[in-house]
Amino acid sequence: MMTLNDFYQGFRDPQTIGHLATLIAQQAAKTNQQINIMEVCGGHTHTIMKYGLLQLLPTNIRFIHGPGCPVCVMPKERIDHAATLASQADTILVTLGDMIRVPGSMGSLAQFRSRGCDIRPIYDPLDTLVIAQDNPHKTVIFFAIGFETSAPMTAALLAQAEALHIDNLLFHINHVLVPPAIDAVMSDSRAQVNAFIGPAHVSVISGSKIYQSTVDKYQTPVVVSGFEPVDVMESILRIVTQKVAGKAELDNQYSRSVSYEGNLAAQQLVDKYFMVRDSFRWRGLGPIAKSALTLRPEYHHRDAERIYAKILPTAEIDDHKACMCGDILRGLANPKECKVFGRGCSPQTPLGSCMVSSEGACNAYYRYGEVINAN
Amino acid sequence: MPTKKTIQLSHGGGGKEMDQLIHDVFFKAFDNPILTAQEDAAKLNMCGHIAFTTDSFTVSPLFFAGGDIGKLAIAGTVNDLAMMAAQPEYLSCSFIIEEGFPLADLTTIVNSMATELRKSGARIVCGDTKVVPKGCADGLFINTSGVGRILIPDISARNLQVSDAIIVSRDIGRHGAAILMARDGLSLESELYSDCDTLWPIIEQLLAANIKMHAMRDATRGGLSAVLNEWAKASQVGINVEEASIPICDEVKGLCELFGFEPFDLANEGTFVMALPMDIAQAAIEVMQRYGHCEHAAIIGQVTASHPGKVVLQTPWGSSRYLDLPQGELLPRIC
Repeated sequence: MMTLNDFYQGFRDPQTIGHLATLIAQQAAKTNQQINIMEVCGGHTHTIMKYGLLQLLPTNIRFIHGPGCPVCVMPKERIDHAATLASQADTILVTLGDMIRVPGSMGSLAQFRSRGCDIRPIYDPLDTLVIAQDNPHKTVIFFAIGFETSAPMTAALLAQAEALHIDNLLFHINHVLVPPAIDAVMSDSRAQVNAFIGPAHVSVISGSKIYQSTVDKYQTPVVVSGFEPVDVMESILRIVTQKVAGKAELDNQYSRSVSYEGNLAAQQLVDKYFMVRDSFRWRGLGPIAKSALTLRPEYHHRDAERIYAKILPTAEIDDHKACMCGDILRGLANPKECKVFGRGCSPQTPLGSCMVSSEGACNAYYRYGEVINAN
Repeated sequence: MPTKKTIQLSHGGGGKEMDQLIHDVFFKAFDNPILTAQEDAAKLNMCGHIAFTTDSFTVSPLFFAGGDIGKLAIAGTVNDLAMMAAQPEYLSCSFIIEEGFPLADLTTIVNSMATELRKSGARIVCGDTKVVPKGCADGLFINTSGVGRILIPDISARNLQVSDAIIVSRDIGRHGAAILMARDGLSLESELYSDCDTLWPIIEQLLAANIKMHAMRDATRGGLSAVLNEWAKASQVGINVEEASIPICDEVKGLCELFGFEPFDLANEGTFVMALPMDIAQAAIEVMQRYGHCEHAAIIGQVTASHPGKVVLQTPWGSSRYLDLPQGELLPRIC
């Protein structure tokens, strides 16, 4: 029987990592160009920082952190939506992971919880079903967040709610899409990215095909990568090899889980319940057309955003002026360039969600630092 | 209709029901002449340097793989004394019980406390019982305080010396992982159980073997990361730890992968960290492994003069990073 460990055991082998570092250095020595790799996903940022991979790489390889953390890209007004919904009488707000720590303009969901609101973080969206069943006289609202990866789980929850006629379960949908965000980053004339590590979890669902347009349009290599140190190092090697050869191709390092077409059943499930929104305002990136999902009209009876439209704040709320999260999310700044990094902004007192989210670039820099010559 | 006996508000009222509860449950389990004398305060006979500690226990669920809140309440306070090289002697014990709490569960928890007390020889010599209306507490809260005679002085978080070895007594993160599994009802097939245990027998063996440690601490909430960071700051030294040397069981590793946690941040309830001169570190390991049932005790790092106040984790592939204090409540990652 397979255990959880089987999924990563071979992917942290010191000899393999060392060997890959040598090969990367050999390849990188063949070119004078600076290779600026954007790891779109916050999970990769954390792998690079947590495992100290930067220290193993030559100096002409640089990482630029991208907008692929679902918590980081959520604008304040959407968090205020969640807080407003949670403040309604006889209401339970359910959401994923560290969403509850992110500051909105009125405070974080954790602060609202301490004021008496019933706010529950969950690991599996389907747990919401049990909460709704156990509380038939309350309205349970699932504040859905995440990229293409988590949209199928929200769709599965909605499918169950419909099938079981659990009428007290509503949804506030904040699912966003990766390719439009990449376009937004690259359309900035200041963009310095010339290669991408593609988020693997997204591609498990959507397939590697969703990055083909990025490769074609911007002539940048995209390597879909797993999250273990060996995965990331191998992906870097593949990127550097492409750059040295003057190529720009779509490559799939995470072939153990990702196919070109992706998980078609999950895609169908998402298509059944969701459609693409005209526009969605991303934190730091502003409004991006066709970059998020919303419920299809036949499920409007479950749409908390519509049902509570009259009480939900509509004004757009920008970040604190001193916070550079916007530039960091666009790949134009490194967390340590922010004047408030580690001073006015820390995980305990975050100004921006990049510092609070466990997938945020600022959090990764704060937590793991950059330890050079530690001995 | 037969119903399970439960705690009523009257059990905390100071009358007959309370007296019955104290005699039938608490005195029966904790029987000793100082307690059963029922004076307003316990009369103790102590001399020399005394260590004194207190802790409150609120765990959900109350029963978990490897222990329960009662075992935790005894082990936790006894361990705080043991970490000061103080022989645990007398404990107080206060219960805050929610109305409707099953009497059978309370009895099980109290008996578990009595069993745990026998491992260190400490005695509960005074206590208190309060019953609060339903909804005012989450089942049962326990507070224990303890005093013990310090056998060797100067063990302190401020006493780490450059080049000291850092030892961890066993595999880390078990308690936090076991509670997480029990709390979230994870349907993983796993034999994971908490490390919850009394540490005094091991400490007694180390002291008997004349091992002179500089600092000891049980790695409870905040886990290994918290202990090492607190020590680095308190002693103004750096600490380097080798990731590959830190014992972690497969189940804890797997759970951390699933949730995006770090085993270094997870709580322990029967695991301690020790700093002592490197030249006696191996002897300490041998004592721990031979007499203390600490088969996985290991030297995991060393105190250094560089990077004072910081803990640096060396990866098996030659890179390094800070091992920071855990922050905020532990929440699973999103994707």
